[in-house]
Amino acid sequence: MNINLTLFAQLVAFVVFVIFCMKLVWPPIIAMLDERKKKIADGLAEAERGMKQQELAEQGAEKKLAEAKQQASEILGQAQKRANEIVDDAKSVAVDEGNRIKEAAHAEVEKEVNRAKEVLRSQVSTIAVAGAERILKKEINASSHQDILDDLAAQI
Amino acid sequence: MAGDTISSTEYIQHHLTNWTYGKHPDGHWGFAHNAQEATEMGFWAIHVDSMFWSIFLGAFFLFLFHKAAKNMTSGVPGGFQNFIEWVVDFVNDNVRGSFTAKNDLVAPLALTIFFWVLLMNLMDLVPVDLIPRIAQEIGAAFFGADPHHVYFKVVPTTDPNITFGMALGIFILMLYYSIKIKGIGGFFGELAFQPFGKWGMPANLLLEGISLISKPVSLALRLFGNLYAGEMIFILIALLYSGGIIWGTLGGFLQLGWAIFHILIIFLQAFIFMVLTIVYLDMAHQEHH
Repeated sequence: MNINLTLFAQLVAFVVFVIFCMKLVWPPIIAMLDERKKKIADGLAEAERGMKQQELAEQGAEKKLAEAKQQASEILGQAQKRANEIVDDAKSVAVDEGNRIKEAAHAEVEKEVNRAKEVLRSQVSTIAVAGAERILKKEINASSHQDILDDLAAQI
Repeated sequence: MAGDTISSTEYIQHHLTNWTYGKHPDGHWGFAHNAQEATEMGFWAIHVDSMFWSIFLGAFFLFLFHKAAKNMTSGVPGGFQNFIEWVVDFVNDNVRGSFTAKNDLVAPLALTIFFWVLLMNLMDLVPVDLIPRIAQEIGAAFFGADPHHVYFKVVPTTDPNITFGMALGIFILMLYYSIKIKGIGGFFGELAFQPFGKWGMPANLLLEGISLISKPVSLALRLFGNLYAGEMIFILIALLYSGGIIWGTLGGFLQLGWAIFHILIIFLQAFIFMVLTIVYLDMAHQEHH
């Protein structure tokens, strides 16, 4: 319980320890803690940025998806329209072709008929004359009755 | 127990005496053989046990923290590093909370005080007789000393020299920073011109002087008083061991109970010593108007 030299010995020890702590212990620990703090802050900021980017990417993807859907439906619509058009075109072409063939057939038939008529016409006078000759048993001058024959032929 | 041959008074007395090396009244230097001789040495004596534990524990503290500081990583910390960081963070928070000026000395000072005092206080939890008994055996076996003359106090903070030594260091720092920040005139003005204005200077000086001196004194006495009282109770409980098996068992439980309660005091006193140091140094940095 006596106050003596121990007091100053302790004072010296105290000073030495504090200086040692101040020079060699405290600064590296605090520097490390600050570094850790910075690391964590950086990490958090990075994470936040990542989240934001992901959100943006998701939004972009959604937008692209919607666009793609719209485009797909557009293309589908166009394709349907085009198919309808093609079908319609084909129909009209077919109808036209059918009509044309029909007309051609008609024309051919008419032509054949006309040709037959012509042939008939050209032979009618001969036949008529021959018939008349048989009936009259005499020569008939065809040229003198040409107008009657022509008239007959025209009636056919 | 030191043995059945000594009385309770002697036992207590023995436990409260430091191992003292100093100058005997007749002029030669040597160890004191009893409390009376130690007292007669006066100022020129040193408490070998207090200094040994104090320096040993201080060095242990620095070794621990220095080792941690060297191997530190800012990545994932291990258990040991975690503990060190926890202590450093705790001290740093306290310094930031109480110390407003900028001074790179205060935080390491606070850490040193807190952990060193904590370690010194923790020695109180070592059973009161264990280390002194070992010291007695060693002293008797190797140095031929009379066991009754081997004194070995284990808790440095129960030695007022230790607590006053630290408080003195803090007091010097308080004076140094007061003068450095405020100048001699400013510091003197703080002591002389308040609270009663310049016409009440003598009263001011008296009041402020007492208030200034009382800071380190109360700082040292608070730590010393708490630990001394705690140690004393351990010693008194230990006396029960000589009262037979029933008293001895009771004493064992009491020791345990007191030790558990004492943990609180050990931490609290180390913490208070640190916080008051920070506050006093903060006051030294403040300009009063």
